[in-house]
Amino acid sequence: MTFEEIQKQAKSNWDSQYHGKAPHILIGTATCGRAAGALPVVEAFSNELAKRNARAKVTEVGCIGLCSFEPLVTIIKPSSFTVCYNNATPQVVPTLVEGYVLGDDPCLDLALGTLDGGDGKAVYIPELSRFEHEYRLLLRNCGYIDPGNINHYIANGGYSSLAMALQMEPDTIVGEIKKSGLRGRGGAGFPTGRKWQQCREASGQTKYIICNADEGDPGAFMDRVVLESDPQQVIEGMVIAAYAVGSHDGFIYIRAEYPLAIERLQVALEQAKNLGLLGDNILGSGFSFDIEIVEGAGAFVSGESTALMYAIEGRRSMPRARPPHSVKAGLWGKPTVLNNVKTYAYVPLILARGADWFSGIGTEGSKGTAAFALAGKMVNTGLAEVAMGTTLHELIFDIGGGIRSGKKFKAVQIGGPSGGCLPESMLRTAVDFDSLRKAGAIMGSGGVIAMDEDNCMVDTAKFFLDFIQKESCGKCSTCRIGSKQMLDMLEDITVGKGKIEDIDWLVEVGQDISGGSLCGLGRTAPNPALTTIRYFRDEYEAHILEKRCPALVCKELIAYYILPEKCERACEHCVLSCPVKAITTNEKGIKVIDQSKCTKCGSCQLVCPPEYNAVIRLSPPSLVPVSGAKTQE
Amino acid sequence: MEELKPELVDILVPNKKDRRHLISLLQQVQYKFGYIPKEAMLAIADFLEIPESTVYGIATFYNLFRFTPLGKHPVKVCMGTACHLAGGKLVLEAMARELDIQVGGITSDQEFSLDRVACVGCCALAPVVVVSDSVYPRMTPPKVEEVLVTVKPVSQEQPEKH
Repeated sequence: MTFEEIQKQAKSNWDSQYHGKAPHILIGTATCGRAAGALPVVEAFSNELAKRNARAKVTEVGCIGLCSFEPLVTIIKPSSFTVCYNNATPQVVPTLVEGYVLGDDPCLDLALGTLDGGDGKAVYIPELSRFEHEYRLLLRNCGYIDPGNINHYIANGGYSSLAMALQMEPDTIVGEIKKSGLRGRGGAGFPTGRKWQQCREASGQTKYIICNADEGDPGAFMDRVVLESDPQQVIEGMVIAAYAVGSHDGFIYIRAEYPLAIERLQVALEQAKNLGLLGDNILGSGFSFDIEIVEGAGAFVSGESTALMYAIEGRRSMPRARPPHSVKAGLWGKPTVLNNVKTYAYVPLILARGADWFSGIGTEGSKGTAAFALAGKMVNTGLAEVAMGTTLHELIFDIGGGIRSGKKFKAVQIGGPSGGCLPESMLRTAVDFDSLRKAGAIMGSGGVIAMDEDNCMVDTAKFFLDFIQKESCGKCSTCRIGSKQMLDMLEDITVGKGKIEDIDWLVEVGQDISGGSLCGLGRTAPNPALTTIRYFRDEYEAHILEKRCPALVCKELIAYYILPEKCERACEHCVLSCPVKAITTNEKGIKVIDQSKCTKCGSCQLVCPPEYNAVIRLSPPSLVPVSGAKTQE
Repeated sequence: MEELKPELVDILVPNKKDRRHLISLLQQVQYKFGYIPKEAMLAIADFLEIPESTVYGIATFYNLFRFTPLGKHPVKVCMGTACHLAGGKLVLEAMARELDIQVGGITSDQEFSLDRVACVGCCALAPVVVVSDSVYPRMTPPKVEEVLVTVKPVSQEQPEKH
């Protein structure tokens, strides 16, 4: 088949589903949708449609990034408007089928809003204020097309860049990518075009293309969403890269923790192969390229490029010294281009719309958009894609909707375990490679986690150090031993055994680790501790000097206490919830916590009815009135 | 070489004797048995003609691999950043207390095993617990018992001996 024929076939498949006579129901079933209960909703629709003998098609799509509204159901109806329903359950399915699939009632009371047209009253989703701040390139198809149907991708312009690229000189393609200013989205931000050129110029017949989908940063999930929702854009980008550098073998190294992404990638690869867009003699051009999926085995350091190549070779993923650079001697010693999922996904767009278009988006040093995973205490958790240079404030408040439950914003952690915690005063920082690095954080993989007044900065630093210490591959002693030392010091501080000179020690050891480690993981490992010291030194001092945890998090420095004046005497919730039977009723009928038994699990505070709200936390524990504490320690 | 379990033979035989497949072989063993038995490591070393210490070294380097059997309902408590900030540690402690096992352990009736995982990518629903293949969102210590009862109702008699 020629590409024109493939396109024609794809278009007719797409039209029959999205512009057909029957209603079309889209249900988001990416991992987060599933976790929120999307699969029972799919089943409920199938059952209800069968029962009512209704003619309608159900399609499982990916994720549009509005995680807090999952499961999301969209009903497209010919000659009426498209409605999107949030937090759907199997219980509402009969109402939706009766109301909108079969009838003319769009059930707008159950809807998040309309997508295409509207009644003028309901929310028009594209006009939600968050979308004014977003610029969606990578996510443009996510949640809209069926990731398991290559026709949908092709019908929306997919693979036309590859068809065009195969008619171009490889050098011209490399030139375009260089001109676009695209920098690698894995975190380090190396110019992609330069990488490709170096690999193209490297000597040797065998060259490899690798896609890094080992998204190990705990708190980032953009790569997963891209692969689960629109995998073909990544594959197309890889084939173009292969053609440009002259490679015939590609690998996608993906975390085993992402089973659905792996499954959807397998389907996507097979479909691309069946249409001649991958494999031997791609689109009759004589150029051949194939892709193999390699599952990771769970090591954060595998995300480092040289370490990842060792993992593919079946060895321990330990980074090595450079040079030689991977573009000259990478996988099995051959020239290799390794890029992140998102980097490849930009490639087809750049070729289709031109390098000048791409370089017109973003800032001087960072072109294009950036995708972020918004998590933590934000109202709108999920995915966002913005032009580079957007401020953190816009990201957290205008798109993320600010902090939940009326709490006060305290810090934003950006860039994962290698990133940093930035305070409110830094919210004017633009998100681009260079501004974030200057502020002490990094772009990293794009996890953005908002913290409120209930989060302790010392505890957060300890959390990341604990992660790094466990994940350190052990090759460099500064990282292996230094991270352990920093963790021990932070542990001491959180249990009230810290000394004031520990703060400067932490900074000093941190600088040693940064200076003496081989790979990016080691060099950036102290960032969470260093930035929290830089911006929240007062919290460290409170822990050390006053034995007080201002956020009431560090267990050794807090005590639970039941306010006698608020305790409703007939209620037994706390007594029953306590796993260690530390709560008893005194002679006045008031509940009292035996501090010597209390394990500080927090159950009593969670179950105390909100109208009483009698359980509080105190820090330091010595604040507990003596009558309320039978014994102290 | 002693007699190999037929399942192990099924995993090894279709593969090429290439060092490259070491991690993938270990993964297949783990998918099949739920953990990496010692005899499987010996068999892989023998099959790939590499030292046993290399196989052991790789298996212990990567977090995915475990060396003790999984429970019938494996419990994984997410310890990613978002889950940590939302109180994941208290959930893990409650789970350990309720099951009366430590992280990495298995209950005496082989029903539950307990592990911590780095991130399951459901940060918007933090803190989460994964039991078998179901994700339980927005967990709290008091909800732990509820979840365990849903998975294995208490009224049920002790399961048959394994």
